[in-house]
Amino acid sequence: MTDILVAYGIPLAIIVAQSLALIVAILLVTAYVLLADRKIWAAVQLRRGPNVVGAFGLLQSFADLLKFVFKEVVVPAGSNKGVFLIAPLVTVTLALSGWAVIPLDAKMVISDINVGILYIFAISSLGVYGVIMAGWASNSKYPFLSALRAAAQMVSYEVSIGFVIVCVLMTAGTLNLSEIVESQKTIWYVIPHLPMFVIFFVSALAETNRPPFDLVEAESELVAGFMVEYSSTTYMMFMLGEYVSILLMCAMTTILFLGGWLPPVDIAPFNWIPGVVWFLIKVFAVFFMFAMVKAFVPRYRYDQLMRLGWKVFLPISLFWVVLTAGVLVGFDLV
Amino acid sequence: MIATAIAFYLFAAITVAAGFMVIAARNPVHSVLFLILAFFNAAALFVLMGAEFLALILVIVYVGAVAVLFLFVVMMLDVDFSELRQGFLQYLPVGALVGIILLIELLLVVGAWVISPEAAGIAAAPAPAIADVDNTRALGQIIYTKYVYLFQAAGLILLVAMIGAIVLTLRHKPNVKRQVIANQVARKREDAVELKKVEPGQGL
Repeated sequence: MTDILVAYGIPLAIIVAQSLALIVAILLVTAYVLLADRKIWAAVQLRRGPNVVGAFGLLQSFADLLKFVFKEVVVPAGSNKGVFLIAPLVTVTLALSGWAVIPLDAKMVISDINVGILYIFAISSLGVYGVIMAGWASNSKYPFLSALRAAAQMVSYEVSIGFVIVCVLMTAGTLNLSEIVESQKTIWYVIPHLPMFVIFFVSALAETNRPPFDLVEAESELVAGFMVEYSSTTYMMFMLGEYVSILLMCAMTTILFLGGWLPPVDIAPFNWIPGVVWFLIKVFAVFFMFAMVKAFVPRYRYDQLMRLGWKVFLPISLFWVVLTAGVLVGFDLV
Repeated sequence: MIATAIAFYLFAAITVAAGFMVIAARNPVHSVLFLILAFFNAAALFVLMGAEFLALILVIVYVGAVAVLFLFVVMMLDVDFSELRQGFLQYLPVGALVGIILLIELLLVVGAWVISPEAAGIAAAPAPAIADVDNTRALGQIIYTKYVYLFQAAGLILLVAMIGAIVLTLRHKPNVKRQVIANQVARKREDAVELKKVEPGQGL
């Protein structure tokens, strides 16, 4: 019996401790990223943004958390209760579980699996279930329309994200995220794959329902979309899941195109800074772009969104896959 | 090994239970959600067997795409399934017949390897040793080298199916206004706006 405890108990305890540490860190970062999002948005519109709770509003997210948690959870009478309550849990769990394979630095990853990039792709493609389940279980018209929109939108943009990922992993020759980062030592993939970087960024906006593609929760048409019937903690879980998956997409952009934890140039002052700091700087830089897009790009119309996904991104990324494969084989770079 | 065994029985039990709930659930949307749970646990079983590539492809293709569209359709249909179940038993003979035929076919396929060992020889490609390559690379080597023509043929069959589905559903309606983005972009100020000098009291 003690053998089993030693053989499985210790590794299990280590994994649990690592996961808890990562989750706490992500939640803290998310709290400040949410504040940063509001502050950047406010600054673009020449407003102050949240500035009352704590110095410069630094404690605003925690005040919001307390407010959400202490309110009552209202479950509509006509709703499908089980699915209604599972939906926010699914959203948060999936958003957090994607982080298990993200390498923050060399060797600094909870699970360094061979197919890390496929795992992330699978997890992000499941994100749509939280929205669909919430929209259906609410048994109300706006959430239902929103769920239908979400299903179509997320499936459409996943296709081009898939092709972008194929381009990068062909160039890197591996599906392991750490090895993909290592293979960018000579050049970050944003330079040879610049069009794919743009497509990935825009698709990431659509995949996470960020403006200008937030038709799922377009307040002028659908009020708050699938979140209409949700209140207090359940609503907060949707918001949390949304921001954690935005951060996940920023981390993915960093790993696939911006060289992950690698410094921009591998010379003295730059490589003194630890890799995790570089990683965070890059993630926040990508998030800044996310926030700026939200602040100044008007919302797309639904048919324009579909056209962009299927008629523009899909052919370009498909062409780029063929081109990448041709260049790699033709110049014998494999 | 005990942890693997526990994990196997856990995932297998959930898969079977979810599979049962797919046909037992009263609400069709719940059925689809249980189906997704079954897919997910089947993927976990693949991981236990060391086939992590297949596991993730199963999640991406079936859970991430097929089941979403399935859920999409089932959600939109407002079918009262308890009413449909009224005459459920009268289809039992047909259903049982189909089930028995499928069972016999499955037994034949699996049994063929036992009955004639040379059948396995035809099917088997020299699989690279697990220690040498990870299973993504191994699958790629087998599909794109040894079985490349069969793979291309499968692709062509899928293409034909896709074209067939489009031909069956595409209808050309006259008088449908379509948005041509190129025309909109090519439009100039001179085509759209004309400035005229209007004299007071004269009109145009």
